[in-house]
Amino acid sequence: MTGRARVRGPRTGSRAVTLALTIGLALTLLPFAWMTLASFKTPAELSIRPPTWWPLQPTFENYTEWLTRLDFPLHFANSAVVAVFVVLGNLVFCSMFGYALAKLQFRGKRALFLLVMGTLMVPGIVTMIPLFVLVANLGLVNTYPALILPFVATPLGVFLMRQYMLAVPDSLLDAARIDGAGEFRILFRIVLPLCGAPLATLGILTFLSSWNNFLWPLVVAQSQEMYTVPVALSLYSIGPGGIQYGLLMAGSMLVLLPILVIYLSLHRFVMRGMTATGGPSLADATDR
Amino acid sequence: MQRQGLVAWALALPFLAIFAVFMILPLVGSLAMSFTDMSSRDVRTPFAVNLVGFDQYAALFADERFVQSLLNTAYFVGVGIPITIVVGLALALAVDAGIARLRAVFRIGFFAPVVTSIVAVAIVWRFMLQSDGIVNSMLAVVGIDGPQWLTDPAWAMPSIIIMTVWRNAGLIMIICLAGLQAIPPELQEAASVDGAGPWTRLRRITLPLLRPTILLGAVLLTVGYLQMFEEPFVMTGGGPLGATTSVSLFIYEQFGFGDYASGAAAAYVLVVATAAIAAVWFRMLRSRVES
Repeated sequence: MTGRARVRGPRTGSRAVTLALTIGLALTLLPFAWMTLASFKTPAELSIRPPTWWPLQPTFENYTEWLTRLDFPLHFANSAVVAVFVVLGNLVFCSMFGYALAKLQFRGKRALFLLVMGTLMVPGIVTMIPLFVLVANLGLVNTYPALILPFVATPLGVFLMRQYMLAVPDSLLDAARIDGAGEFRILFRIVLPLCGAPLATLGILTFLSSWNNFLWPLVVAQSQEMYTVPVALSLYSIGPGGIQYGLLMAGSMLVLLPILVIYLSLHRFVMRGMTATGGPSLADATDR
Repeated sequence: MQRQGLVAWALALPFLAIFAVFMILPLVGSLAMSFTDMSSRDVRTPFAVNLVGFDQYAALFADERFVQSLLNTAYFVGVGIPITIVVGLALALAVDAGIARLRAVFRIGFFAPVVTSIVAVAIVWRFMLQSDGIVNSMLAVVGIDGPQWLTDPAWAMPSIIIMTVWRNAGLIMIICLAGLQAIPPELQEAASVDGAGPWTRLRRITLPLLRPTILLGAVLLTVGYLQMFEEPFVMTGGGPLGATTSVSLFIYEQFGFGDYASGAAAAYVLVVATAAIAAVWFRMLRSRVES
């Protein structure tokens, strides 16, 4: 990695490249800056043309509106509850299945693995309509289980856990088996404690995709008190009446803040997970 | 071994049970539904529907709205994927060639849009792309008269593509950076000693060796871009004049109209398209690895 570009007189070259990258990065982050600044503006200030950058009279009005009058805490709680159960479900179910696939012999193992992985590339919208019919017949429309259950068993998670567990030495497991430990015990006491990295990666990826999930909650959360944050935000953004962009920028901030905090503190896991397993598009494909 | 088989199935069962009910069943159900006349009236009696053979598919391809959504999606995929890959690859090469100490900052910064909620950032972009919005006012500073981004049928899809490239180039960058790390530096050094300039090394060494990485990125983007939904839903509502209605948005609208079977058929058109394009990428991947 180091010194690759250093072969011939690259000092000035690498400086020029870095300057270009800095400009590119500034442009990339511009929408975040605009959102942040605009979220502190009054409607009057937002209607100034041409638009201005800095809020002249910064106001928290847009945020207090969300937090007190628009039920944002409720939507936030919905998103959080759904995300927590989706994460827990994936950690438990994918670890168990991943362990069976990586370390145990049973009939039909290969076929099952291929079947599950085969759905990785299926566009999420393909299952939407039948899933709605199913959920309607189970009497689950507009409930937490409907928002959670379709996402707690993802192929992505199985893939991640299986790949990592394959590298756990068999000798470790055999030693435990000789001592009389059962497979459940081996999984939870020996294997999983070694799987911190993939569990963290899986947990973060499923949290992000659950938090950002939109299409299915839009379909199945039918009353306002069941809306998740993106659904509430989108419906305010296309709702009747005048569009209040200050309010929408504050709402976008509130949606993005938890994600950006998690990302900035745990970016290594996020990037590792996305490059190792096929990125958010695959995660989205399975999670919608 | 017999006992291990039982334990293995016990471990697999919770996952497989949920997966079968909430993934396989709807997947098969969607295909079955596409050969019926199911509508929202049949929700409670999903098996009391009439078989209509391929009528739904025939009706779809006779439906201007669907054909337009298919063409729009093809436009989005066909233009969006190459641009995303070129931008992401350029970022990766630049970050790799730039000052080493700043590499982490660029990686984290350029990747940040990838993790964001599409709904939230689409709203921000819609605001920025208003005809008298901040983007056009910045363009005016450098003497460019910006277009009516989201309200001009000719510019609406390019606007969505710009936002999508902004959001996904970081993913391609990260994948390509990982691929670049796998190229042994000795190769570059040897070529350099032989008198190969940076451009020649890029064309003869870096790009050929990155090819599998780039194709993997293309597969990911294909799956993601073919199901574009939030962007038009939030930014344009599919308009103006249907110019940004994607297949996914069409399916959502059919669902809203209660026309379930038609939506299911459209969904399977999307499955076939995804499989076909992915097959092309995989074939390119394999042919290169073998040669």
